[in-house]
Amino acid sequence: MSNTIEQIANQEYKYGFVTDIESDVAPPGLNEDIVRLISAKKDEPEWLLQWRLRSFRQWLTMKEPTWANVHYPPIDYQASRYYSAPKQKRALNSLDEVDPELRRTFEKLGISLEEQKRLSGVAVDAVFDSVSVATTFRVELAKLGIIFCSFSEAVREHPDLVRKYLGSVVPYTDNFFATLNSAVFSDGSFCYIPKGVRCPMELSTYFRINTAGTGQFERTLIIADEGAYVSYLEGCTAPMRDENQLHAAVVELVALDGATIKYSTVQNWYPGDKEGKGGIYNFVTKRGKAFKGSKISWTQVETGSAITWKYPSCILQGDDSVGEFYSVALTNNYQQADTGTKMIHIGKNTRSTIVSKGISAGHGQQTYRGAVKILKSAVDARNYSQCDSLLLGDKCGAHTFPYIEVRNPSARMEHEASTSKIGEDQLFYCQQRGISAEDAVSMIVNGFCREVFRELPMEFAVEAQKLLSVSLEGSVG
Amino acid sequence: MLEIKNLHAGIDGKEILHGLTLSVGTGEVHAIMGPNGSGKSTLANVLAGRPRYSVTAGSVTYEGKDLLSMPVEERAREGVFLAMQYPVEIPGVNNIYFLKAALNSVRKHRGEEELDALEFLQLARQKMKVVDLDEAFMNRAVNEGFSGGEKKRNEIFQMAVLDPKLAILDETDSGLDIDALRIVAGGVNALRSEKHSVLVITHYQRLLSYLIPDFVHVLANGRIVKSGGKELAEELEQKGYEWIEQEVAAGA
Repeated sequence: MSNTIEQIANQEYKYGFVTDIESDVAPPGLNEDIVRLISAKKDEPEWLLQWRLRSFRQWLTMKEPTWANVHYPPIDYQASRYYSAPKQKRALNSLDEVDPELRRTFEKLGISLEEQKRLSGVAVDAVFDSVSVATTFRVELAKLGIIFCSFSEAVREHPDLVRKYLGSVVPYTDNFFATLNSAVFSDGSFCYIPKGVRCPMELSTYFRINTAGTGQFERTLIIADEGAYVSYLEGCTAPMRDENQLHAAVVELVALDGATIKYSTVQNWYPGDKEGKGGIYNFVTKRGKAFKGSKISWTQVETGSAITWKYPSCILQGDDSVGEFYSVALTNNYQQADTGTKMIHIGKNTRSTIVSKGISAGHGQQTYRGAVKILKSAVDARNYSQCDSLLLGDKCGAHTFPYIEVRNPSARMEHEASTSKIGEDQLFYCQQRGISAEDAVSMIVNGFCREVFRELPMEFAVEAQKLLSVSLEGSVG
Repeated sequence: MLEIKNLHAGIDGKEILHGLTLSVGTGEVHAIMGPNGSGKSTLANVLAGRPRYSVTAGSVTYEGKDLLSMPVEERAREGVFLAMQYPVEIPGVNNIYFLKAALNSVRKHRGEEELDALEFLQLARQKMKVVDLDEAFMNRAVNEGFSGGEKKRNEIFQMAVLDPKLAILDETDSGLDIDALRIVAGGVNALRSEKHSVLVITHYQRLLSYLIPDFVHVLANGRIVKSGGKELAEELEQKGYEWIEQEVAAGA
């Protein structure tokens, strides 16, 4: 029986191919010249270059954090490349001008940009290595005043918006990885929903790392103006390589008065092989600021990466604002994840909900780390936290570190935690009814994650379930 | 249907059944009775293929095939059903979804077409009446938060839907009040036909008042020590198990 769970967990990573495409890459290493080079490549205005340089100088004074429950050899930041872009002669006007090789890559990934464009009603921005290669549906969105484009383009076309909000949620001094990102970020997505507009389709970004020896440092900035609504999804994959590659992204969300931002992630970076060789180091800072009566909801399904270090958080600054965090994280083989959230209650009558589901298989190690802070000003704040861990086999681990800080006596907090093992008894029960062990495991795991999956947009919920079954192939015991 | 010959088996290396022999014909209802620790549940679990139980000697033939060499799910698909003594909870997995997956894997194995959601719902509704469960019950997670009686009725409901050729009831009556007992017995009686065999494992006679067995066997120290008709169950109820044990001791 333990064999079955192991087999299920050990399915190969199917996105591990490399695209042979000519790239424009910076030499390895990190110094002010590289920062200037990146900025120059992107034709950036002086203020942005200065912001990058301030970040870089700040970064030089910072130390890599060691408090997370993850273990890896020291990263040589001078060995990595900080810029790589598919060679393109000029700016693109339509999808038809995208390099066919690149388009084939996205088709292989199941993201047919053409199809997306025609049928699905999902607007996609595709980021390949460091550069956004195609954004679909932009004309339709523009009619509503919605801006959805690559970050570089936003810097050119909407510099006032970018300048106003860049770093307003995650300042360039925030933490080692966010500061590094601020210095060398390459591209990413930018989105602005005007006052009172409900974005009529899901917006989606797919990230792909391709070139060897490069880090990916994208930056996403989403602004929902007063009363606006947007649902946003990101997905990511990478080739299989023996080396570890660094991914240090920053996502900033701004929900102005009465706005709603729903941000969903299906993270499937290459997790490394069965022995733990290779894989992406995913060190990501995600945070949203919620103004009066607004709502920010994070939903994440994390199945990839060798190491995940990620805490999508909400600053509930405005009165009556709402923060939510729904997470499924799966670690298999030698994957490690230290993930969770921070909910910072500042405004009156603010509410937050945390539902975290951790699944460990193989030698996977998983930590939930969550902080709930209720500041003095947050009268009548409420928080509900639930952290459940599921263990498959007896070589994996699950750890829970909830931090709670309450400075206002009117706060109401609830915290529930559980750890369970996929029992022999549950498996036997399913099999005795005629269900195969593989199907039983996937059924039990999906049941465990149901509260989170129902927060995902329908088509992605289906994708997430499939991904989970694939990631688990070979793992029950 | 089922031929058990000289079965030696146990759990975690400890032998509990010491040479059990039993033959169950098609369409027959057999009751296995016996004191605690006599090996009743071991027999049920070995027949279903539960992990940790192992067979050291003997054979079990089911419809002419070697039952012990089949994986757990194959036994189930071939029509062996075990109503468990302690049904487990599977949080977040919808009861009806679970049962549909089970039925369709059985049907697929039999070469029958899988039922779609609508056809399945029709079947399920019809079978639910047998065990007096209401529809809200279908949309709850498998056994989660069920009372002891509900869990047992759910087992019988599953049995009714899966329509097994050989149903094994492992102390399904334990912990049930008289109404639940009647419902469970009703479910089993509904299954009774010349095509279905039932093995009822119980400590008490009371279930057998609603569910008249064709044969009653007494299990003691891992062997069947006495077999008879339904009168044997009544005799046991009056005299207790000690009488049998003495008789066996005297004969030995």
